[in-house]
Amino acid sequence: MNPVRAITGTMVPLDRADVDTDQIIPQQFLKRIERDGYGDFLFYNWAHTDDGTPSSDFIINSPDRRGAKVLVAGPNFGCGSSREHAPWAIQQWGFDAVITPSAADIFRNNSSFTGLLIVELPAEAVGRLMDVAADPAAVVTIDLETQTVAADGIEEHFDFDPTAKERLLQGLDGIGVTMTHDDVIASHEASRPSWLPTSVG
Amino acid sequence: MSTPRTLFEKVWDSHVVVDSDPALLYVDLHLVHEVTSPQAFAGLTASGRTVRRPDLTVATVDHGIPTTGRSLGIRDPLSKKQVDALIQNCRDQGITMFGIDDPRQGIVHVVGPEQGLTQPGLLIVCGDSHTSTHGAFGALAFGIGTTEVEHVLATQTIWQARPQTMAVEVEGTLPWGVAAKDLILGIIAQIGVSGGTRHVIEYRGQAIRDLSMEQRMTICNMSIEGGARAGMIAPDETTIRYVEGRPFAPKGTDWDAAVAAWESLATDPGAGFDKVEVLDAGALVPHVSWGVNPAQTVPVTGHVPSPDSYSDPQQREAAVRALEYMALRPGTAIADINIDHVFLGSCTNGRIEDLRAAAKVVEGRKVDDRVNAVVVPGSMQVKAQAEAEGLSDIFERAGFSWRDAGCSSCLAMNPDVIPSGDRCASTSNRNYEGRQGRGARTHLVSPAMAAAAAVSGHFVDVREWQLS
Repeated sequence: MNPVRAITGTMVPLDRADVDTDQIIPQQFLKRIERDGYGDFLFYNWAHTDDGTPSSDFIINSPDRRGAKVLVAGPNFGCGSSREHAPWAIQQWGFDAVITPSAADIFRNNSSFTGLLIVELPAEAVGRLMDVAADPAAVVTIDLETQTVAADGIEEHFDFDPTAKERLLQGLDGIGVTMTHDDVIASHEASRPSWLPTSVG
Repeated sequence: MSTPRTLFEKVWDSHVVVDSDPALLYVDLHLVHEVTSPQAFAGLTASGRTVRRPDLTVATVDHGIPTTGRSLGIRDPLSKKQVDALIQNCRDQGITMFGIDDPRQGIVHVVGPEQGLTQPGLLIVCGDSHTSTHGAFGALAFGIGTTEVEHVLATQTIWQARPQTMAVEVEGTLPWGVAAKDLILGIIAQIGVSGGTRHVIEYRGQAIRDLSMEQRMTICNMSIEGGARAGMIAPDETTIRYVEGRPFAPKGTDWDAAVAAWESLATDPGAGFDKVEVLDAGALVPHVSWGVNPAQTVPVTGHVPSPDSYSDPQQREAAVRALEYMALRPGTAIADINIDHVFLGSCTNGRIEDLRAAAKVVEGRKVDDRVNAVVVPGSMQVKAQAEAEGLSDIFERAGFSWRDAGCSSCLAMNPDVIPSGDRCASTSNRNYEGRQGRGARTHLVSPAMAAAAAVSGHFVDVREWQLS
């Protein structure tokens, strides 16, 4: 994962509540065994007509939204399936961050590993950002280090899990960090009751 | 006296390896399937790592595999590639796998309990959000993403922010004809699709204690549809009787030690929860979803609601879009909605008791001519048992198609896709747009309600119907 520090860019407003990961990346695109190649399928069913033509009325297809870095979404964003393909698709389309009143637990967690910055702000602040984002040229800056969001007259602080923050800022390999605790893992392992199940019967 | 603790706190505490927030927790059982694991195994190999505890890891194939014509192999080249990758990865890493020809193959959340791998007090993870199912045993079980799958493969541990606790107290008794599915849909209608976010739910109360293990699995399975990190039910006699004698259950003196440990897991008197919701099971009726999220449900006796009935503007807007997608008009009686398909199966309702409940409704009747009805058992063992009990004959005589085990039309990654514009009464867990196929319209119901709808061609109140 590449380090994530500050993100500055234009926005795409998606004013819908409870956007589930099936909408973010539909099931027919989960058959790949690679981590890449999902960007073209972001919000596929909303972004395409039945014959696969891009729908001109869906916002991410609008030419003036190309190059946007921040998705501004409604509450409970990323609910449903645990598919990590959802943050992959969002990032591979070009977004670096999602601003929402609330993200679903698994999606928020997954994003903290893929490097997609999830910023949770009060609904009222997200509403004001949505209004600003109506202008395709409006720019927002998210600074993870100071945990602030700034855009046209808006300045907001956001909470962020300190461990995830450290991981994102430094672009750490999670497994490497965990293995520095190998001795305690091994001692916990040795203390487990012998009757616990194993898959070898 | 030690501080009273909840079931969740006891299971959490016993798995803490590094006591920080987030904490590093030890994983007792890692379940793996073909769709969310290939990138994890590839990452592991690329960094020169191996699976730390293959003996605490079990794999099966379920999401993308066909439910018919298996002797012909998997014809979808992409799904075949995923299954082949899992076979190779399990072989390379020494992981037990219930493959497509294994009599133990099935949906990961049906197979774990069935084999006795799922036990009280365990910490269980899987790259699948319905891992919450295993909480029915008093395990702490939750879904994870692919990066975390790789992390668990490599370290057998997982970092977790400590969730808050939520008690859902269900008093009273479920009325006749009202299923566990109706209870969980009722709970989700009450708490909303994000009511459980950042929480682990413990389902409590007389109505929960009265449930069988399979009904408890239906409840815990859909915890994620209420946004919860996990759902749990304290182990009791029902749990212990269910686990005893299963292939991977403890035996002999191990069994006695295990039972003693399990009996100490229930929430202590006086332990507190961050949030409490109370429901009266006696007031519940069969539910049918009308919209595109699992909180958009109404009683079968009800009508499609008007968006104006929502005070929140965002929810009102969501209802407008849901009605458009579902091609429904406000005020339409649920009983007047005709269906084209019935899907009986999934990790929510694909177990033997679900098939029995549906078969009871179907017996001696015929599927309506306009309906394409399918039964997909949750596992090959469920299938074998249903055949031994004569349930498959009942379904086939009625006109149902009788299939091999897998996730099938629950998420339509295999060939069992519901065509665009068609309407399906489904015993699965998600009625999201496109979930069963692009443009497909899903109505979530219990197995008995699905069976009655198959026979009638439209939704009916199964309570009246069986009485007549």
